[in-house]
Amino acid sequence: MSKTVEMICISCPMGCKMAIETITNGVTRYKVSGNKCPRGEQYGVKEMTNPTRMVTSTVKMKNGHLNRLPVRTSDAIPKYKISECMAVLKAVEVEGPVKVGDVIINNLLGLEIDIIATRSM
Amino acid sequence: MKSYEIVVIGGGPAGLAAAIEAKSNGAKDILVVERDRELGGILQQCIHNGFGLHVFKEELTGPEYAERFIEGLKQQGIEYKLDTMVLDITDHKQVSMINPEDGFLQVQAKAVVLAMGCRERTRGAINIPGSRASGIFTAGTAQRFVNMEGYMVGKDVVILGSGDIGLIMARRMTLEGAKVHAVVELLPFSGGLTRNIVQCLEDFNIPLLLSHTVTNIVGKDRVKEIQIAEVDENRRPIPGTERSFKCDTLLLSVGLIPENELSKSAGIRLDGITGGPVVNESMETSIEGIFACGNVVHVHDLVDWVTEESRRAGKNAARYVQNQLVQGVKTITTKPGQGVRYVVPHYIRPENIEDKLNLMMRVDNVYHGARLVIKEDDRVIKSIKKAHLAPGEMESIKLTKQELETIAGKEITIALEIEEAKE
Ligand SMILES: Cc1cc2nc3c(=O)[nH]c(=O)nc-3n(C[C@H](O)[C@H](O)[C@H](O)COP(=O)(O)OP(=O)(O)OC[C@H]3O[C@@H](n4cnc5c(N)ncnc54)[C@H](O)[C@@H]3O)c2cc1C
Ligand code: SF4
Repeated sequence: MSKTVEMICISCPMGCKMAIETITNGVTRYKVSGNKCPRGEQYGVKEMTNPTRMVTSTVKMKNGHLNRLPVRTSDAIPKYKISECMAVLKAVEVEGPVKVGDVIINNLLGLEIDIIATRSM
Repeated sequence: MKSYEIVVIGGGPAGLAAAIEAKSNGAKDILVVERDRELGGILQQCIHNGFGLHVFKEELTGPEYAERFIEGLKQQGIEYKLDTMVLDITDHKQVSMINPEDGFLQVQAKAVVLAMGCRERTRGAINIPGSRASGIFTAGTAQRFVNMEGYMVGKDVVILGSGDIGLIMARRMTLEGAKVHAVVELLPFSGGLTRNIVQCLEDFNIPLLLSHTVTNIVGKDRVKEIQIAEVDENRRPIPGTERSFKCDTLLLSVGLIPENELSKSAGIRLDGITGGPVVNESMETSIEGIFACGNVVHVHDLVDWVTEESRRAGKNAARYVQNQLVQGVKTITTKPGQGVRYVVPHYIRPENIEDKLNLMMRVDNVYHGARLVIKEDDRVIKSIKKAHLAPGEMESIKLTKQELETIAGKEITIALEIEEAKE
């Protein structure tokens, strides 16, 4: 049995239109076509197996000159974890002073990825 | 009157890079003037990542990118004034400014660097019919409210314009719990980067409606409904294609305009297409000793290019005050040809080039399989194959000093030569 998904590779500005065929024949394999370079294949397979994204957002700030402190994940997290990540961030309030790079949340959702401050305040 | 060697107007990434580079190149007293309460410019509200891949070889967020330059400025001991608005500059480089502490203040500069950035086009500028209800924001204003002030601008949103700021805000509003019904784009293609269409729209199933426009805004006190329709090739709504969204907010991401009120009153020549000053290889405007860089010259999509250009402006302002910049020598005009909307810089004086010069430009449509060709009459100076070209992505071509020295005449043309059919 096989199933085909279409997607655009976002690894570079070329934006190749690719087709990813899933072949389930005992073991699951992926056949990528339309990519102009190997990075496209890598991206396509990752999107099918474990798509990840960086999350950038803000948390509440108690005593800064702004009400919000910008933060990001220290690395990309699985896409399906984004809304859980946002829910965690919503509950956080930070007290200054904060330096850029400071860890705001350690080991987010057990993913071994931190939430870090992206500016000093 | 107090005097400085160099006064930099604007403390965004352009002004910061110019000031730091001027100092490293021997300029002594430099003043950076910023009207906001902090340095960093628009980057402080751009909390997403994607900045710095060229300059730092790593992917930073806007505030992280800004902080590196703010630290650099402080380390160099460069003077800056916050909450200070520049009101006027004269062609003799007298700069008038105002702030709560000093009141009205005038300083004399030997050189000035204009780095005021750009502002967003508003609703008036594109004339959307309908009521004057609240709930209509430019995307950048909404970005500032949400990311810095922590004020959510609405719950049900339609976005007009698919440039990067509109796409980024579609994702941002969704993450913060709003429902983004659609991003509506007048043109048949998006002005934003493909990676933003995937990451910001497709990831969240937000529809991108190309060749569509907003035809009416309904609501008395607050926006209640946005009506849209498909447009024909002349960008006129097609009867029968109307539909509407119940929503409370409309975000406009319909373009940026370089902020040049000060340049105009100083009598600086502007380019009708970029909306910014006409500049030479040193980023010097039509008035000797007044330089310009960043979004005030032409709208950039990548801050990395702003940094490159601004370092050039800062360095040359320092050379100017030390009498190292050669004036009144051979000048070559860079002329945009077929498919190219504009080229910056507009003039090149080869004598002032140390080793190479980056020409920056934008094309007028989406092209695949084309060449950017620089020619003097019929002689090809440089020809670069481009697999993909789009108006939303600035292009740059490097010319070496050797290549520049082969130019005998007064003009070169930069044009697009198409190899395959246009998409
Ligand atoms: C809303 C918005 C979102 C953007 N998002 C992105 C993005 O996601 N990624 C990206 O790479 N680029 C983005 N850009 C482009 C970005 O603006 C540039 O990359 C870069 O910030 C331009 O730097 P600049 O220093 O020229 O302008 P700015 O950052 O705008 O800085 C100009 C500074 O000059 C000050 N100023 C203006 N007039 C005066 C005056 N009269 N007196 C004193 N000070 C003055 C302003 O307060 C401001 O701080 C965005 C632009 C806008 C408008
Ligand atoms: S497949 Fe390769 S060339 Fe095509 S968009 Fe992806 S990285 Fe770029």
